[in-house]
Amino acid sequence: MPESTVILNNTGIERALTRIAHEIAERNEVSAEIVLVGIQRGGVSVAERLAKNLSQIWNAPVPCGSLDVNMHRDDLGHRAAPTVHPTLIPFDVTGKTVVLVDDVLFSGRTIRAAMDALTDFGRPKRIQLAVLVDRGHRELPIKADYVGKNQPTSPKEKVRVIVGEPNRADEIILERP
Amino acid sequence: MSWNRKHLLDIESLSADEIMTVLDTAKAFKAVGERAIKKVPALRGKTVVNLFIEPSTRTRISFELAQQRLSADIVNFTADASSLKKGETLKDTARNLEALNADFIVIRHSAAGAAHFLARTLNTHVINAGDGSHEHPTQALLDAFTIRERKGKIAGLNVTILGDILFSRVARSNIWALTKLGAKVTLCGPSTLVPRTFEAMGCRVTHDVEEAIRDADIIHLLRIQHERQRKTMFPSIGEYTTLFGLNKARLAKTKPDSLIMHPGPVNRGVEIDSEIADCDRSLILEQVTNGIAVRMAVMFLVNGGKGPQEITGG
Repeated sequence: MPESTVILNNTGIERALTRIAHEIAERNEVSAEIVLVGIQRGGVSVAERLAKNLSQIWNAPVPCGSLDVNMHRDDLGHRAAPTVHPTLIPFDVTGKTVVLVDDVLFSGRTIRAAMDALTDFGRPKRIQLAVLVDRGHRELPIKADYVGKNQPTSPKEKVRVIVGEPNRADEIILERP
Repeated sequence: MSWNRKHLLDIESLSADEIMTVLDTAKAFKAVGERAIKKVPALRGKTVVNLFIEPSTRTRISFELAQQRLSADIVNFTADASSLKKGETLKDTARNLEALNADFIVIRHSAAGAAHFLARTLNTHVINAGDGSHEHPTQALLDAFTIRERKGKIAGLNVTILGDILFSRVARSNIWALTKLGAKVTLCGPSTLVPRTFEAMGCRVTHDVEEAIRDADIIHLLRIQHERQRKTMFPSIGEYTTLFGLNKARLAKTKPDSLIMHPGPVNRGVEIDSEIADCDRSLILEQVTNGIAVRMAVMFLVNGGKGPQEITGG
C-alpha cells in the first residue's frame, strides 16, 4: 500500500506562487519583456496562476503560453510514444524574457527539451525557470531560478501536483511506493 | 490514448481508440507544419527507406516531407531504378535494406499483403503506403482527420464513397476507419465496381448516385483505377461521367453543407467537374496538407518502444 504525505496544501501553494510572482517581478524590471510558458501538462495551470499574480503586481496583462516537449525528448523509442498535447504560443518570444514554468523539477531532461522546443519559435533574450517543487536528482546541469518548495525525495517516490483541477483542492502529495 | 504497435499495416486491425490516438497526435503535428521552423528532432538519427515498388508521387512526397520534418534520414527506392527489375525478390531487397540498418520501411506495392509480409520478415518498423487493392491506411487516417477537423466529429455523419470501390484500397481503408468511428457509409458506382458483397463490411450499397449523395455530409470521390482493371468494367468513360460524375446540378441536390473529398489524382471532367473540384466545398487540398501531419503522427507513434507512456515529473 503506497503511503502518501501532503507536502504543500492549498494555502501553501498559493503562498509559494505569490512569492514566486514577486521574485519574478523583482528580477525583471521591464514587465513588457516578460512572457510565461507552461510546460504540458502540469506546468500549464501553474503558469496561468503565475501570470494572473504577475498581472496584478504589474497592473498589465502578462502573456502566457503552453509548450509540449514530447517531440524533443531524448528517450523517444525507449518507451511507448507519449501523448502529445497542444503547443500554443500566441506571441513572439524573440527578444523576450521567457519564464518556463513546470510543476516538478526532477532529472532536468524535460527542461532541456523545452529549451530546444522554445528556440524553434524564436530567439528569446533570456530563459528563466520557475518550478513549484524541486525534488532533486538532476541528470543535467540545470537549475531553477524560482522554486516554490525544495523537497528531498528518493528516486522511487512520486510527486503528484494537483493545481487548477475542477472540484479539487490544490495540493502536492509525496507518494512512497 | 493508446498505441503499442510497431507497424502500421492496415486499418482493419486497429481499434477506434487507436485511430483516435493517431488523429489527436496528428493535430499537434499539424501545428508544427504551420510554424516558421517546421521541423522537430523526434526521429533524429533514424533511417527511413521509402520502398515504392509501385509508382506514386503524392504519397511518396507526403511521406518524405513528414520524415524530413521529423529529422529522419531518408533513402528513396523506386521500382524502375531498383534491382527488382533485375530479378531480385521483395524479400531479398528488403533484407538488403535491413542490412543497411534501416529503422523504418515505408512500402508501396502492387501486391496485397506486401507490407504484412515485410513486417513478418524484418525487424524494422513497417508502414503500409498502399498494397494492391487491399489497404492504404495513412490515406484513410488523413481523410478521417480532415473530416473531423471540418465537421467537428465523425460519429453519426453520412459519408458516401462514390466511384471505383472494387479496385480501391483507399475505399477499403476508409470503410474500415469510418465504420469503426461510427459514421454511416454509403457506397455508390457502377454495379460492376460496387458489388453488394461490400455490405458485409457494414456499409450501404446503392447504384443510384442522386439517392446516394442526397443526405451525405461528405462525398468522397474515387478515380477509376484503370491500371488494376484487367477488363473493361463499364461501357465508356463518357457514360460513367453521365451516370456517376459529380457536377453542379447533382451537387445542388445535396445538403448545403456537404463537403467533397478526393484522394487524388483527380481526373477532371470524369468523376468530378472541374469547377467543383476548385469550389470552397472541396477539401482536396486540405487532404494533401493534412496528409503530412498524419504521416508524421504515424511515424512518431510506431517509433515508440515498450514501457510506460506517461512521464511523471522531469
